[in-house]
Amino acid sequence: MITNKEVFETVGMIRSQHLDVRCITMGISLLDCIRSSAAETATKVYDKITTYAKDLVSVGEKISTMYGIPVVNKRVSVTPVSMIGAASGGYLAIAKAMDKAAAETGIDFIGGYTALVQKGATAEEEAFLLTIPEALSTTKKVCSSVNVASSRAGINMDAVRRMGEIVKKTAFLTKEEDSIGCAKLVTFANAVEDNPFMAGAFHGTGEADKVINVGVSGPGVVKAALESVDGDLTAVAETVKKTAFKVTRVGQLVAKSAASMLGARFGIVDLSLAPTPAIGDSVGRILEEMGLERVGACGTTAALALLNDAVKKGGIMASSHVGGLSGAFIPVSEDIGMIEAAEMGALTLERLEAMTAVCSVGIDMVAIPGDTPAEVISAMIADEAAIGVVNQKTTAVRAIPVYGKKVGDSASFGGLLGHAPIMKVSEYSPLKFISRGGRIPAPLGSNKN
Amino acid sequence: MKVIISVIGKDRIGIIRDVSAFLAELQINIVDISQTLMGEYFTMIMRADTEKSAMPLDKLTKVLAEKGASVGLTIDLRSEEIFNAMHRI
Repeated sequence: MITNKEVFETVGMIRSQHLDVRCITMGISLLDCIRSSAAETATKVYDKITTYAKDLVSVGEKISTMYGIPVVNKRVSVTPVSMIGAASGGYLAIAKAMDKAAAETGIDFIGGYTALVQKGATAEEEAFLLTIPEALSTTKKVCSSVNVASSRAGINMDAVRRMGEIVKKTAFLTKEEDSIGCAKLVTFANAVEDNPFMAGAFHGTGEADKVINVGVSGPGVVKAALESVDGDLTAVAETVKKTAFKVTRVGQLVAKSAASMLGARFGIVDLSLAPTPAIGDSVGRILEEMGLERVGACGTTAALALLNDAVKKGGIMASSHVGGLSGAFIPVSEDIGMIEAAEMGALTLERLEAMTAVCSVGIDMVAIPGDTPAEVISAMIADEAAIGVVNQKTTAVRAIPVYGKKVGDSASFGGLLGHAPIMKVSEYSPLKFISRGGRIPAPLGSNKN
Repeated sequence: MKVIISVIGKDRIGIIRDVSAFLAELQINIVDISQTLMGEYFTMIMRADTEKSAMPLDKLTKVLAEKGASVGLTIDLRSEEIFNAMHRI
């Protein structure tokens, strides 16, 4: 039988260290919903989502009761809408159908208002991109993502330039709520097709019809495990590995149970350490536990590299299929350790950028001044894309130019999205560089230095 | 369903009696028990079977937690699968 120590270790992780299943995400293919008229496509989309995901919330609750572990979010990701709506041009009608289906099924978010334009965009995709601000400002639960770069294709700088403008317009249209629309919009390099986390989840075209992907989360558990480690950094890495293994095993159990109950395929477990604004659920605090006075101090990138690598090594054996983003997340507004460090000036945008070279995912949930020009946001995206493309990893930007606010102010997004100080951005202009457009060629795969 | 019930509370006379009485009332069959003292705290785990209980699991968990709280004990009930998943390869 399981020992007392083991039982109370698990119970303690759940009761006092915030171990939870962050999300059960059902990926649904919409390829069979394509029709030549916008209204017909939207109806098909609504019908398919509400049929496939009708039991998603109740199954999530059932699993939560059975295993005594919170299942925080139930979500749906769909095939990129830029493809589904291309024949009819009815992108916004699809967005509204997705939002209505999300409300009907009771899920928390629905992702896939997405375009993949890493090498170039069709006329239909260009038209789709222009609808993103309106889609995000007129729906509640729809999330959007755009892939603008990949290690094989390089960086589509025309799309990068466009995304700066789209982020600005989305910020303006949702200005009454601290530009919250931008919290639902991610610009990716090397986007993955099976990510369960929002706002970047979409259901890739290489996926099956109905798939369950699960994200577990346990920054608090890792932090608590490290509190009793007095040894060197090898001992720290070993402890993180063991903890990540245990956390991921729970994810594997939940993913298999959910897939079987919902008649779906088990896709992947995402190993990401995802923080929330709650006390004791912070990735920043793990880095501080390793011995940094504040996250952002010199040494932060090294500590994060250790953490990210150990989480992967521990988690990979615990699940039969690992995928998604699988790394440590560093969203500023969603992590109390990061919020505090940014408020006191210990954590700067430049340090954050360096951190993204060694973890998933990128400049995430960072509030910047509302008057930041579009080309500066585009240039931030280009920098992040370059890190991803050269290092063959996923990177992303989810920056929020909070309308009407400046450095020293703070923005509040509510719930899991948290709050954040407005961070300083370089005021020197990249306008000419961004205006050039074109493509940054794919990097060399050899002669690495 | 096979479950693990974990009990923790300040040590005193009659904890096992109290918990056993709750379980009998709820028609939960105890399969195995293991208990130990951790400092001044009494900790116990019970492997049990909920098959004969008429209550749905969510209500069972809630009622057991409330009954435990009424006598100063923290009682949790979970499918044993989560413990096996986490601690056994």
